Amino acid sequence: MLLTQALFYFFAVLAVVSAILVITRRNAVHSAIFLIQALLAIAGIFLQLQAEFLAAVQVILYVGGIMVLFLFVIMLVNLDIAVRQVQFNRQWLLAIVTALVVAAEVGYGLYRGKEAFQFPAASPDILQPNAQRVGLALFQNYMLPFEIASILLLVAMIGAVVMAKRRL
Amino acid sequence: MIPTSNYLMLSAVLFTIGVIGVLTRRNIVIILMSIELILNAVNINLVVFSRQLGSVAGQVFAIFIITDAAAEVVVGLGILIALFRNRETVNADEIDLLKW
Amino acid sequence: MNPLPFFIDKLWLIPLFPAATALLMLLSGRWLQNRLISLLCCGSVFLSFLFSVGAFWQLLSLPGERIAEKILFDWIPAGSFLTSSGHLSSFTAQWGFLLDPLSAVMILVVSGVGFIIHVYSIGYMGHEGGYYRFFGFLNLFMFSMLTLVLANNIVLMFVGWEGVGLCSYLLIGFYFLRRSAADAGKKAFIVNRIGDSGFLLGIFLIATTLGTINFRQIPLALEEMHFSVGAPVITAITLLLFVGAIGKSAQLPLYVWLPDAMEGPTPVSALIHAATMVTAGVYMVARNHALYSLAPTTMHVVAVVGALTAVYAASMGLVQNDIKRVLAYSTISQLGYMFLACGVGAFAAGIFHLSTHAYFKALLFLGSGSVIHALGGEQDIRKMGGLWKKIPVTAKTFLVAALAIAGIPGLSGFFSKDEILWQSFAGPLGNRALWAIGVLTAGMTGFYMFRLVFKTFFGQPRYSHEVDHHIHESPRSMTIPLVILAFLSVAGGWVGIPAVLGGSNRFEHFLQPVFGRRADVVLAVNMHAHTQEIQLMIFSVLVAVLGIFLAYYFYLRRTDAPEKLVARFSAGYRLLYRKYYVDEVYDVLFVNRFKDAGTALAAFDLGVIDGWGVDGSSWLTRFTASRSMWTDNWIVDGAVRAFGFFVRLLSYPVRMIQAGFVQGYALSIVLGVLLLLGYYLLR
Repeated sequence: MLLTQALFYFFAVLAVVSAILVITRRNAVHSAIFLIQALLAIAGIFLQLQAEFLAAVQVILYVGGIMVLFLFVIMLVNLDIAVRQVQFNRQWLLAIVTALVVAAEVGYGLYRGKEAFQFPAASPDILQPNAQRVGLALFQNYMLPFEIASILLLVAMIGAVVMAKRRL
Repeated sequence: MIPTSNYLMLSAVLFTIGVIGVLTRRNIVIILMSIELILNAVNINLVVFSRQLGSVAGQVFAIFIITDAAAEVVVGLGILIALFRNRETVNADEIDLLKW
Repeated sequence: MNPLPFFIDKLWLIPLFPAATALLMLLSGRWLQNRLISLLCCGSVFLSFLFSVGAFWQLLSLPGERIAEKILFDWIPAGSFLTSSGHLSSFTAQWGFLLDPLSAVMILVVSGVGFIIHVYSIGYMGHEGGYYRFFGFLNLFMFSMLTLVLANNIVLMFVGWEGVGLCSYLLIGFYFLRRSAADAGKKAFIVNRIGDSGFLLGIFLIATTLGTINFRQIPLALEEMHFSVGAPVITAITLLLFVGAIGKSAQLPLYVWLPDAMEGPTPVSALIHAATMVTAGVYMVARNHALYSLAPTTMHVVAVVGALTAVYAASMGLVQNDIKRVLAYSTISQLGYMFLACGVGAFAAGIFHLSTHAYFKALLFLGSGSVIHALGGEQDIRKMGGLWKKIPVTAKTFLVAALAIAGIPGLSGFFSKDEILWQSFAGPLGNRALWAIGVLTAGMTGFYMFRLVFKTFFGQPRYSHEVDHHIHESPRSMTIPLVILAFLSVAGGWVGIPAVLGGSNRFEHFLQPVFGRRADVVLAVNMHAHTQEIQLMIFSVLVAVLGIFLAYYFYLRRTDAPEKLVARFSAGYRLLYRKYYVDEVYDVLFVNRFKDAGTALAAFDLGVIDGWGVDGSSWLTRFTASRSMWTDNWIVDGAVRAFGFFVRLLSYPVRMIQAGFVQGYALSIVLGVLLLLGYYLLR
């Protein structure tokens, strides 16, 4: 019990701190590294919630794919000049205030609906074996979205190629 | 057992941080990263409730979201590269052709 | 109702034959051969002549009154109206023809002499351009003249009157490319028109006073309304009609067109300005003798005008050098004689002289045409001479006509002229002074005629060598008419040999039913003064012979005498030669005044109408258009622009929302979420 809580708080704090650092760094590479850190923390959260498959997917796809892509692009887009420029736009104060107010509202909402979140404790074995369950669901009940997602990826691939070509 | 609300709070905080990042930063790359944060916050939410309610749909949906995020980042970065080639800038507020 | 004898029934064909060929020439003459044109046009006039002879013959054998009317159709109905004396009348101007001794004489003279001249024209105009046009106009003239003399009412007569005036204009200006010819045609028509205005007023006055315009009914109306001799309205009518006659028959003061009319081809001068058209005035007066008999004042005016014109024109004929001009003045002078006759009441004598004059004057003109033709176009008698042997037929016939016009006994002119002189001396309206003027004129006539003869045919030739080679007698188509007319000039007077010389004066008797009582009175006078008549006859013959002798003296004996005389009386000579400067006076008094009026009107038209009107309205349009444009630009467009301005004004703040700044849009999304959440949470 204590371990669980400690792990939770560890991953949570890590995620939040990394996130804050992501949005405040001057250097984009730094932000990317911190984002990787945040994503890994979130993968840990997933593990804690017994969603192993998802955690694996998170690490492989998100960190190994997407963040690598990010880093490649940061490298292509020469950001030396951007490093010296102003980092925050002119509406930063208003944006922070608005976002915080929204957060407050969400918190208040959560507080108000406390009772709705009183679920009976879930058994730890729910949704086990996770990979099989997810796989079965993916290929039986959610076959259509699966196919659509693959088409989406195809389209995205074509789009990326076209967009990044030097000469059309 | 960690109460669900904790996870939800975490998700909310990450979401907020992501939103602040989108609204505040000039650098488009950072903006895209902030969007990833937002998506991940949503993912946390989904997984929590999938565990809570015993339905694998939540996780399946989270996979789809990750897939979708991948596609989106790919295209987005492609646009960024094209934009950079034309404008020599990656600052969002310098791209305002649709200005009145 | 007895059916009319054939020729009288077909009276209307007499004017119609030439009308038909005139129309044919108008429509298709351009494409016809000259020979065909000659055949058709002369043939139609010949038919008219034949029908005239036939009608005359049948008129003679009519039982009872020698008068017949043939009405084709009712032409203009006048509707009912009140005459000036309060009668309710209505009349109809008919297309109707009247045949009585007077019109019978006229149609014989007109169609006969007309036919002869048509035949002459075949030779004379053979080489001219516009052959079909000439014959077309000539036939149109025949139609108009025949209508004039055959008309049974004064309106139809006026139709013919105008028609002959038109043809005169067309034929005088036949060579229209020549400026002088065109001007002469215009002058003729315009001067004629002045007379016509009087004629028209006379017609209107007849209609409103008598309620009728028919020649048979006018005497009846006069009797019915009991007009006394010398009634002012009748005097007015007759004077107005006479004004028309003055214009048409070239009397003082409207004679000025006739000398200029010699610009036309010679056959035209012969037919229109000698034999027929100019005599229409005399015919018209004779036809209305019933009216004239009731207006002694007018009769006096007619006689005086006639006499004065006769001597006036003869004086100018003494000094003219163009062969046709001399003949023109001679015509005016002889017309004066005819009016003198009518003015003293001797209408029959006037008509008699009309017919004899037609023969010898036509012959004189045609002969002069032959001379001109022989000399290749020369018309100046100063450049002629010695032609007697060269063109014998022309010369001999010309001499016959000259003798006739001078009044040598035995020839036609003697009988007719003498009758006039006797009536003006001894007739009830006669006047010794008028007789004296007539005798003086006869002397002058003899002089100028034989001056012409001697200078043209006798003496030393004064023409050039080239002309000499050219001289030849005219072709048969021209000489045969000359011979026929010469025969008529001699024998044409034998129908009017007066009782005093043993004849029966058949002419006068023939016309008695027309002129009625006057003839009776004259006959009564005749009975009592035979010796006087013979004495006067001898006297006038002597005067004529004196004139001829003087001409012989001046032009064949002492040929230098004329120049000496001219040198002594140079002012007088100039006055005569320049035709008393009448044309110049008319120019200053009338012609230029009308031209000035025209100029003034033109100035008005250009300045006021074109200037204010046309230019003004264009200015007005442009001005209105410019104001309109201003309104459109500033007011209408202004409203539109103002509208646009306000829209922009309002849109300004709204526009600022779109900053092109994507994160701004994102912020607004978050803001929306905030508001929504807030709304739901605070509910």
